[in-house]
Amino acid sequence: MTATATSPASIIDIDDLGFDRGAHVLIKRALAGLPVGGRLGVRGRAPDLAVHLAGWCRKEGHQLEPAPPPLVAWIVRGSAQTGRWRGAEPAGKPIASEPGAVVDHPKASWGVAARGATVEAGAPEFPFPLASKEILWTDDAGRLYAQAVAAQWDPNTAIDWDAAFELPAEVEDAVVQIMTYLIENENAALLVPARFLGQMHPHFREVLQVLAVQIADEARHVEVFTRRALLRGRRLGLSTAGGQASLKTLLEEPDFALASFLLSVLGEGSFLNLLSFLQAHGPDPVTRQIARLAAQDEARHVAFGMAHLQSHLASDPGLRGRLAAAVERRHAALAQTAGLNDEVFDALIVLAAGAWRPAAIAEGFERVQALKVEMAAGRRRRLTKLGFSEPDAASLSDLHTRNFM
Amino acid sequence: MSDADVLLLGAVAYDPKVVTIWEGFKAYFERRDLPFDYILYSNYERQVEALLDDLIHVAWNSPLAWIRAERLARARGRSVRAIAMRDTDRDLTSIIVVRADSPVGAVTDLKGKRVAVGAVDSPQATLLPLAHLSQHGLRPGIDFEVQRHDVLGGKHGDHIGGERDAARALMAGRADAACMIDGNLLLFVNEGTLRPGATRVLTRTGRYDHCNLTVGPGAPADLVERFRALVLAMAYDDAEVRPLLDLEGLRAWREGRVEGYRALGAAVDELGFYDRDGNVTSVDYRY
Repeated sequence: MTATATSPASIIDIDDLGFDRGAHVLIKRALAGLPVGGRLGVRGRAPDLAVHLAGWCRKEGHQLEPAPPPLVAWIVRGSAQTGRWRGAEPAGKPIASEPGAVVDHPKASWGVAARGATVEAGAPEFPFPLASKEILWTDDAGRLYAQAVAAQWDPNTAIDWDAAFELPAEVEDAVVQIMTYLIENENAALLVPARFLGQMHPHFREVLQVLAVQIADEARHVEVFTRRALLRGRRLGLSTAGGQASLKTLLEEPDFALASFLLSVLGEGSFLNLLSFLQAHGPDPVTRQIARLAAQDEARHVAFGMAHLQSHLASDPGLRGRLAAAVERRHAALAQTAGLNDEVFDALIVLAAGAWRPAAIAEGFERVQALKVEMAAGRRRRLTKLGFSEPDAASLSDLHTRNFM
Repeated sequence: MSDADVLLLGAVAYDPKVVTIWEGFKAYFERRDLPFDYILYSNYERQVEALLDDLIHVAWNSPLAWIRAERLARARGRSVRAIAMRDTDRDLTSIIVVRADSPVGAVTDLKGKRVAVGAVDSPQATLLPLAHLSQHGLRPGIDFEVQRHDVLGGKHGDHIGGERDAARALMAGRADAACMIDGNLLLFVNEGTLRPGATRVLTRTGRYDHCNLTVGPGAPADLVERFRALVLAMAYDDAEVRPLLDLEGLRAWREGRVEGYRALGAAVDELGFYDRDGNVTSVDYRY
């Protein structure tokens, strides 16, 4: 292929390349170098080139004029292509740390375009309900996403499913009950971010990425908890009305900030303590490994929840009052329910006891009491970090659901 | 507001996108203070009759519908005008393609062969190519077999399903040649109906024009003039109207012209599709 540029007219020789094999790519490239009204002479030996040239130029809005051999025709460049991009605008910039990269209110017409892409005017509007930087963004999102991707683990290889252990039947039952409880909590922890993810403007790419991995984390947790429950051929345990009522209030929270506060900061925060407890006191190596890996993931979920709430609070201190009200509202909604079911509570004691001797049970009971104290302390610490006073943090922590999540 | 105050346009619903297009144009015209509405017809014959009965003011007509409108009007001592057409309606050609390895090397080699065409009422894939072969001394149905692919009669081939079926018949070996618009050869290759390099263009018709906006004899002149001005002013760099132009397949509207319909008029006469007064005379035509 040779092109002689003597703008506004030039000649292109496309050899034997036909339009049925991509000739339009070379023609387009040559036309791009000409102004509207510029002329491109086409030489070529492909069969039926003149027929294809006529059809293609008509479709693209270029004029075709006869030309003496060895040219097949002259193309006179039309204005359609330049017209298409009039009024187009960049949708922010791709690198979040650059000034102006992430805008406060991305346009609905930027839709699903890549951040930094040039978007044609007249693109359809995507009415994403969550499209405000103040509500969604944290500068930590990119870093947390990178960490999350690097820390992904494969349930098949990360856990030694064949590790040898023997548990008394009732202790195994207790483990199965805890796993059953964890699965329903993780189902909720998967669904809550998934519901909001579908409402978010993709301009906030890193936030969507963090949540996407968070959802994948929960999917993996559901898998490993299920596999552990079934490892010794047991049936899954019990799911109580009170436990589900507590989780239902999480799913029903329509506000992203409030839902992620209740789920990530308070719920998953408390779960971090629970998973540490299972890592320390789990009666078998598989349970301990699962708890360790899940805790790593949950720590990131809590970190992201804290980070974007801190950013949001910095620009909207009034949010703090709404967060407190959300805890109180949830407490009131759950006041008539049983809270953590006895089966789970007792299973935790048995699991931590590891045996049926009175002294062992007493020790298990004490460990579970200590767990509840640690959970409350963790909640207070995170609430204080979000700017709540010590007394407010203490009272809000006490109102958190007895179901832990 | 009475109908006399609203410009009424007829269009044929050959595809669901027709609703999107004319709803969009309706909003466009109304924002520019032209009262406008459209009526969809299932076939061009009824639309043309409505135009001549003054039930609509303007018809978005196929070239065949233009021929009939013009003949019906003349028979009634009235007249119709073509006021605008798409840039893509000008200077089309139809082609007859054979398989690349076909022994058919000259047009006359089609004698005794099977020629796949589109719908009976398709100007581009049936009427014009058959008339073209006739000019080469090959009489349809006598010197060669006409293999028709009727899809959606009354749409005048706007639905290219028949043309595509003809191309498929060629590829499958059920036909020795297939007729289509020049641009559709590339379309059929790109969409995979035809394999690249598997066909060869045997012959090509002369240039002809396609659709136009036809004004009926009883249309209110002032409304038509405002409509024509707004249509011709539509610009491809206007983001509001560009998606509609893309859907309708044009980059710019041009002034109407009628010289490009002569070949089709001759083909209609030769193949007996309509008579001189615009009556439907094709016996196989169902719509």
